Amino acid sequence: MAELLFWPAFLAYSEAALAYFGEARRPGIAGRLATWGVRIGWLVQTALLAVQAARADAFPWSTWAGSLNLFVWLVVGAYLIWGCQARYRMLGLAVLPLAAVLFALAHAGGGTSVHGASSYSDLFLVLHVGLVLIAFAGFTVAAGLSALYLWQERRLKRRETTILRVRAPALARLDELSARTIAVALPALTLGIGVGIARLRDRGGGLDALMAVTLVTWVVYTSYLALRLGTGLRGRRAAYVLLAGFLLVAIVRLALPVTHFS
Amino acid sequence: MRIVLVGVSHHRAPVELRERAALGREQAAELARVLKGESGEAVCLSTCNRTELYLADESGEDAERRAEAALLALESELGPALYRLGDEAAALHLFRVAAGLDSMVPGEGEILGQVRTAYNAGAPGPVLDRLFRQALHAGRKARVETAIGESPASVSSAAAALAEQVFGDLRGRKVLVVGAGKIGDLAARNLLSRGADIAWIANRTADRAAGLAARFGGEALPLDRVGEQLASADVVISSTSATGWILERSQVERVVPARRGRPLFLIDLAVPRDLDPSIHELEGCYLYDIDDLQAVVAVTLAGRRREAERAEGIVAEEAERFREWQASLDVVPAIASLRARAEEIRAAELRRAKLSESERRAAESVTAAVVNKLLHLPTVRMKEAAAAADGVIYADAVRHLFGLEDER
Repeated sequence: MAELLFWPAFLAYSEAALAYFGEARRPGIAGRLATWGVRIGWLVQTALLAVQAARADAFPWSTWAGSLNLFVWLVVGAYLIWGCQARYRMLGLAVLPLAAVLFALAHAGGGTSVHGASSYSDLFLVLHVGLVLIAFAGFTVAAGLSALYLWQERRLKRRETTILRVRAPALARLDELSARTIAVALPALTLGIGVGIARLRDRGGGLDALMAVTLVTWVVYTSYLALRLGTGLRGRRAAYVLLAGFLLVAIVRLALPVTHFS
Repeated sequence: MRIVLVGVSHHRAPVELRERAALGREQAAELARVLKGESGEAVCLSTCNRTELYLADESGEDAERRAEAALLALESELGPALYRLGDEAAALHLFRVAAGLDSMVPGEGEILGQVRTAYNAGAPGPVLDRLFRQALHAGRKARVETAIGESPASVSSAAAALAEQVFGDLRGRKVLVVGAGKIGDLAARNLLSRGADIAWIANRTADRAAGLAARFGGEALPLDRVGEQLASADVVISSTSATGWILERSQVERVVPARRGRPLFLIDLAVPRDLDPSIHELEGCYLYDIDDLQAVVAVTLAGRRREAERAEGIVAEEAERFREWQASLDVVPAIASLRARAEEIRAAELRRAKLSESERRAAESVTAAVVNKLLHLPTVRMKEAAAAADGVIYADAVRHLFGLEDER
């Protein structure tokens, strides 16, 4: 059943990703098709996660691929908050192709099927994996907003004549939304890391590469918020900091998970 | 009922003529009441670009004469500029007007409200009521389903729309206006209408600055104090007749740290330019001059024209729907007579029959069902024929076949 649900969700996300490219070329019906693709895909993926949760003996997303599946769902869910508004559709151009690729990776790694028992307690996994993934989903959306900021800023600097025809959200709004997203995601990451450290103290174990990069990621986003409040870090530089932070998130999610999840 | 339109618009009459035929709301309402007469209907639409009289009457020629006389009474030289349209053409014209397709700037937004005002103040009956309601619907639909009215059509509105691309909502954003001329005034009013706060007006002549500041509720400044407000301003509009830079890059560069990353949007409407173009290179500063704004407007107007083609399709669909409705009016009396005759026969036959109460109830139900089923198809076919312009022939045939001639 879970396997069967993967394909419609994947097709809907892929359709949405393609439609966003169409929307960028000629705004109109492609944007609406993309929004519906995201909605349908997300609903089907929700059903997939529900089936996994109902059939699994333990926390169903404790593997790397499983957590990637949950991560995609959180990212698309966070995107849906604004993505349905016409002005934020361009954000989908950054988010949906990424979501479709990660979802396919999760499937290839067996993250969309039902798993057996885990060696970790459910409470620990729910708190640690759940909080860290919520934070990473927030950072991903903030990176999408930052990419959109840089694109819109470039158009204004180049004085593109089509700027009022293909409209994007205002610079100030994008900057503010990124900061708000980080303000929500960072406490989640802090708590998630805290739960992980508490378990390390109880059960023992060493610091692996993934944990180290996650801590660096935490430092980057904390510095972003501190600089924003302290020195008024905004605009293009703030967008670059958030994209740099996202690079670390990508490394944590894709390049280093093998040791941590084994 | 025939629909007649007689009017004058910007297509054929210069403003000197149009202004003499322009009517205020009360005058338009009064004229509609007069033109309506005994059994007709009338609505007067009067805007800065047009004065149009819509009449519905049994006699189209008579209505046209009355409308023409009314307009010539307003201005005798209007004659050669008048246009006259009837029925379908008049309906299509009104739908195009409501959608902004007949406006000087395609898709301008005010006309829909003006059509609504004219309709509310007029003296419509069943035909003009339906015509104007459907025109308002067509106008709304064209705006919702196309982007005809979304892009700015003037330099000042493009400047305000670009400021929204930087700040989003302009409410509470502080604007510094440099130069108290007409162009700056227009741009400032556009920003004000979107919620911006015209905080400072700087001008070489103190009196003019004070006058404009009083009107906008801002503070008047001498030109040499412009730099002092740069740290607090969000938008700067400059339109002086100075020959050198009013604002140099170094002045803006000095205040950038104090702005703590807040963007600054600068609009230079002056020729020769007032603002050093290299300000645009500073981080968080966006400077647009008159050429940049005109280039943006040219693209948006081209976009409007493209959208206008789509809007024409929507308007044509709505006009066709109205034509079908109007044509169906030809067969409505015949259908009503036919049903009345059938009902009369049914009731008479039931009265003659000797039936118990329960049998009568059953017979009532059965005969009503038989009559309805028998008349359903002819009713549908007559309406279809009316839509295809054969309604009158079918109506006459039905009257003849069922002996309804006396009820015409």
